[in-house]
Amino acid sequence: MKVLVPVKRVIDYNVKARVKPDQTGVDLANVKMSMNPFDEIAVEEAVRLKEKGIATEIVAVSIGPQQAQETIRTALAMGADRGILIVCDTDPEPLAIAKLLKAVAGEESPNLILMGKQAIDGDNNATGQMLAALLDWPQATFASKLEVSGESASVTREVDGGLQVLEVSLPAVVTADLRLNEPRYASLPNIMKAKKKPIDMKTAADYGVDVAAKLKVLKVTEPPKRGGGIKVADVADLVSKLKNEAGVI
Amino acid sequence: MAVLVIADHDGSVLNETTLKTLSAAQAIGGDIDVLVVGDDASAVAQAAAKVAGVRKVLTASSPALGKMVAEAVADAVLPLAGGYDVILSPATSAGKNFIPRLAARMDVSPIIDIIEVVSADTFVRPIYAGNALETVQSTGGKIVATVRPTAFKAVAADGGSASVEAADAGHADGREAKFVSEEVVKSDRPELGAAKIVVSGGRAMGSAEEFHRVMDPLADKLGAAVGASRAAVDAGYAPNDYQVGQTGKVVAPDLYIAIGISGAIQHLAGMKDSKVIVAINKDADAPIFQIADYGLVADYKTAVPELMTALG
Repeated sequence: MKVLVPVKRVIDYNVKARVKPDQTGVDLANVKMSMNPFDEIAVEEAVRLKEKGIATEIVAVSIGPQQAQETIRTALAMGADRGILIVCDTDPEPLAIAKLLKAVAGEESPNLILMGKQAIDGDNNATGQMLAALLDWPQATFASKLEVSGESASVTREVDGGLQVLEVSLPAVVTADLRLNEPRYASLPNIMKAKKKPIDMKTAADYGVDVAAKLKVLKVTEPPKRGGGIKVADVADLVSKLKNEAGVI
Repeated sequence: MAVLVIADHDGSVLNETTLKTLSAAQAIGGDIDVLVVGDDASAVAQAAAKVAGVRKVLTASSPALGKMVAEAVADAVLPLAGGYDVILSPATSAGKNFIPRLAARMDVSPIIDIIEVVSADTFVRPIYAGNALETVQSTGGKIVATVRPTAFKAVAADGGSASVEAADAGHADGREAKFVSEEVVKSDRPELGAAKIVVSGGRAMGSAEEFHRVMDPLADKLGAAVGASRAAVDAGYAPNDYQVGQTGKVVAPDLYIAIGISGAIQHLAGMKDSKVIVAINKDADAPIFQIADYGLVADYKTAVPELMTALG
């Protein structure tokens, strides 16, 4: 069984995003970049499927700048077998990403596409669902548990109110939520080995996909700041302020 | 201009998230219809017909729609899409699941998590865990979007008298995901996303027993919902649907009390629009204090019992 894992290079999880003064976007110059944490979980799940003898090959694909090669190398060091980088200097919308991934899936014919439920930059939580729609495959999003058996998979999903279990026939798109697994750290020997694994370099034009934006970003601004609060001396002080000053209890 | 709002409901009750999404629809303007998909949710359709400002209620019914399976919902909405300029759903876990699928089938870039309607084609949405706000404009074609309910006031649930019509439930091709089972956490407390007061616990609690021992009585005393940080959920102290944050629930209650929560960026993204924020943490340098209106540097082990006593 072949597993395709899309991975995105994004601002590191621990870095606070800062808006550019000219309001054209978020300042990413000299900011630490990493693999989107949800994609890391997807890679880990694919590697575990391989370790269980269910998956035979894992292909990591990224769409982004040249530096996204590092993101693919991270996936390769975790256990993916080879990579595909579709070089793109803009940050395409989820619809365009889904079209590119559909084209990749057309060439690779994976049995399963495992990906993060959302990227922590755009926070769209849309690409997996859109890819499943374009491929006309079933989708199981926000997965906290995945069990593959034969031609189908049972997926436990984190939903409002609790958990939901869906059964999907393969091929399918599954998107990873936080609690699907805890990704491993790549070992030094595996990092060295990953340097020798192949990465195919492509462009959007190779797949005949138009990545032009359909939405126009007019501006990116800072959210309103909360006024500075105060420290209260003790619980009595707190309760008195909540009752008399804030009037919320 | 015609707007279709896909209702959020539990099979018998129209959720307040729908009324808030209708408020975003009114800000866009034009004729507003509501689509109730479900498994014979006629009570919901009747409730939607009474909402002020609704022109027409459409219903689509099947067992898969009762579980909001994304493939089935997209199939049900697609035949109707031609009659609308804008299609909205609240950003619930169901809405987040089917709206992008629907949008892709319409070749539309969805606008996710609208928090403000600037004009009929221009919207504000949070990005980077709410550390930046993006104003986006649709460049023609249809708009398919999710609406963050906490950012809008609910429209009046009565005063309207719309007609109710059955729509085609669409035709599944057998390739869709199949519902197997669900585990719904039952609680008598208010729903986390709609509660006026939320008390949230963090990793400091140390165990599931301690989490419930501390948080449950406090929540009951205040009539509050219980939330949790990601760390507390990851550690198994609280169920997944308690999680407040960038990837969990977004809440904006009148009062949010964070107990033993340090305040990671991702947690703040889910609660910083609360009206009043209280933080109780023994670490005076915890980031949560930077956004708290009232900060109490104290160990929850002593502070929470004192708080229980003070609340009477």
